[in-house]
Amino acid sequence: MELTDVMQLTLIGLSQGCGYAMVAIGFVFIYRATEIVNFSHGELMMLGAYMVLTFSQIVGLGFWLSAVLGILSLGVFGYLLDAVVMRRMVGEAQTSIFILTVAIGLILRSLAGMIWGWSPQALDVPFLIDVNLGGVIVGMDRIGIIAGTAILCVLLYVFFAKTQVGLAIQAASQNQLAAYYNRIPVRRMISVVWAIAAMVAAFAGVVMAPVTQIDTGMTAFGIKALAGAVVGGFGSIPGALLGCLLIGVAEPFLDFLFPPFKGVFAYIIMLVVLFIKPAGLIPQTYSKKV
Amino acid sequence: MQVQFKTHYRQDIDLLSDRGTRFRVVLALVLAVSAPLWVGGYYLGELSIFLTYILAGLGLMVLMGFSGQVSFGHSAFLGIGAYGHSVLLGHGVPFVLSLPLAAALSGVAGAVLGRAVSKMHGFYLAIATLAFAIIVETVLGEWTAVTGGHMGLAVPEMELFGYPLTADWQTYYVILGLVLFCILGVANLMRSPTGRRMVAVRDSETSARSLGVDIARTRILAFAISATITGLAGALLAHMLFFLAPEAFAINESLKLLLMVIVGGLGTITGAIFGAIFVTILPNLISLLGEVLPSSIAEAAGLEQLLFGAIIAAFIVFEPEGLYGRWRKLRHFLETFPYYKRATFVRQKRYLKTERFR
Repeated sequence: MELTDVMQLTLIGLSQGCGYAMVAIGFVFIYRATEIVNFSHGELMMLGAYMVLTFSQIVGLGFWLSAVLGILSLGVFGYLLDAVVMRRMVGEAQTSIFILTVAIGLILRSLAGMIWGWSPQALDVPFLIDVNLGGVIVGMDRIGIIAGTAILCVLLYVFFAKTQVGLAIQAASQNQLAAYYNRIPVRRMISVVWAIAAMVAAFAGVVMAPVTQIDTGMTAFGIKALAGAVVGGFGSIPGALLGCLLIGVAEPFLDFLFPPFKGVFAYIIMLVVLFIKPAGLIPQTYSKKV
Repeated sequence: MQVQFKTHYRQDIDLLSDRGTRFRVVLALVLAVSAPLWVGGYYLGELSIFLTYILAGLGLMVLMGFSGQVSFGHSAFLGIGAYGHSVLLGHGVPFVLSLPLAAALSGVAGAVLGRAVSKMHGFYLAIATLAFAIIVETVLGEWTAVTGGHMGLAVPEMELFGYPLTADWQTYYVILGLVLFCILGVANLMRSPTGRRMVAVRDSETSARSLGVDIARTRILAFAISATITGLAGALLAHMLFFLAPEAFAINESLKLLLMVIVGGLGTITGAIFGAIFVTILPNLISLLGEVLPSSIAEAAGLEQLLFGAIIAAFIVFEPEGLYGRWRKLRHFLETFPYYKRATFVRQKRYLKTERFR
């Protein structure tokens, strides 16, 4: 393996890891606010990419406008998903809720396949240029993913730390009763969390679209992101970022070294980490002491 | 409503407590045993597949219904059982030995997986089993030297002590015997201390631990038993399929099993049977639906998946107790005729710390 190969694979891995991280951030937001693990997050990402595809290639709007519209439409979808479906499930056993989210994912995936077709589609993006940096060929789409993740993290940080709605969401996630006493509309805030998580997933779908193409198989991406979040220790944002980057960087190297297991190394890493360190690299959940 | 007078403590743990249940069980047994006399060849084969699905559903029921853990990976145990059994048979191991060996292999895999996740929150199990199923499917596809890869693997014929069992009715009775054995075994497990520990862990982890139940051990045990039963179902299913391919044990198969236990009704053995009946007639329902719907929708790929998802979601939201719960309500309605009230079956809600105020 040449040094340039290593550089190339590292760059691919980093961009892939950033993609996972963006999806994982959405999981973690929903988990922290509601203790629900949303197994259909990969499907939300897929839906976001398809919405952008629809706006730009069927309606015929420009790329940037359709990206904004697609992401906003997913926000509305996420809000309604919580307000109409998930809110009814409050107080049910947690296992039922996982299965419900898996079922929702199944519905979304097959609906998307029936509407947009099962074959992969390419999204025309304005940043599909390759740049050669001293032997390492760098796709602008890969750079775009990394830059997009950085911008997204900064935006989300500013939103949660500085704005009134962001602070209200934090309060509602930490202690609902206290949030109620302070006149925070907790129900609406939790639906807003779902909307934000869906929008982040849609953003990930748009920036990943040039690399992965848009098809119903994008949902596996969501499961790998979940694996990354578990490796990092579910429930913490830095943990999710770390775990996803780790999986993203390790994957291309392992695929290169041992091709028969191409595509399942993320799961193998996760099972190994769970076996050795069941709480993840940065533990967040604690079992109740009796 | 039937009132039971109990005159002995042993009556509390009777398997069939009232006369109605006893009558229905005997009726079902008579029907099952006499089936080869009045069912034709093709339908007898279908009936055998139906029985293996009952067995697989029973395996998942031990895990999900009785010990309250979710698994999206039971297709993997089905696959391990099927491939393990066929490979062992192919190497000349007799049927009577290879069947328990395949089931035990699957059980050990289950125990190891259970060990990895037993100390953690429920969803770790869900995601770990999902990952496990994907890995097993890949291994089955890539390990061509043993499994034949995507080219497939022919399953040797069933034989018992050197006598080949090729007729449909012979296969049927072997499977029926094993299914009845497992049903009785699970029913007995559920009235034993081990089974009650599982139910205690399902209902409240905190109170189970207060009573001195070793939660991790109970969960691993439940996982191992569940994987063993499902592995056995897989080994029997191999004889029904004749030819194994990794695609037959993909995630969709897990979702089918999940659909089965949820639609049937979580937490009861009858639920597994109801679920198997439902899954068996579902393709017919879908083709009936196809005649009603416009052809553009009916012929679209993915309609079956869509219905799977929609049925699971609808049952979880509207009737979490499944068909068995419906049946109980109907029976209660008839027994207490003018006095039925909804409140009898109101679900108790258990809130998490974040949920109470929504």
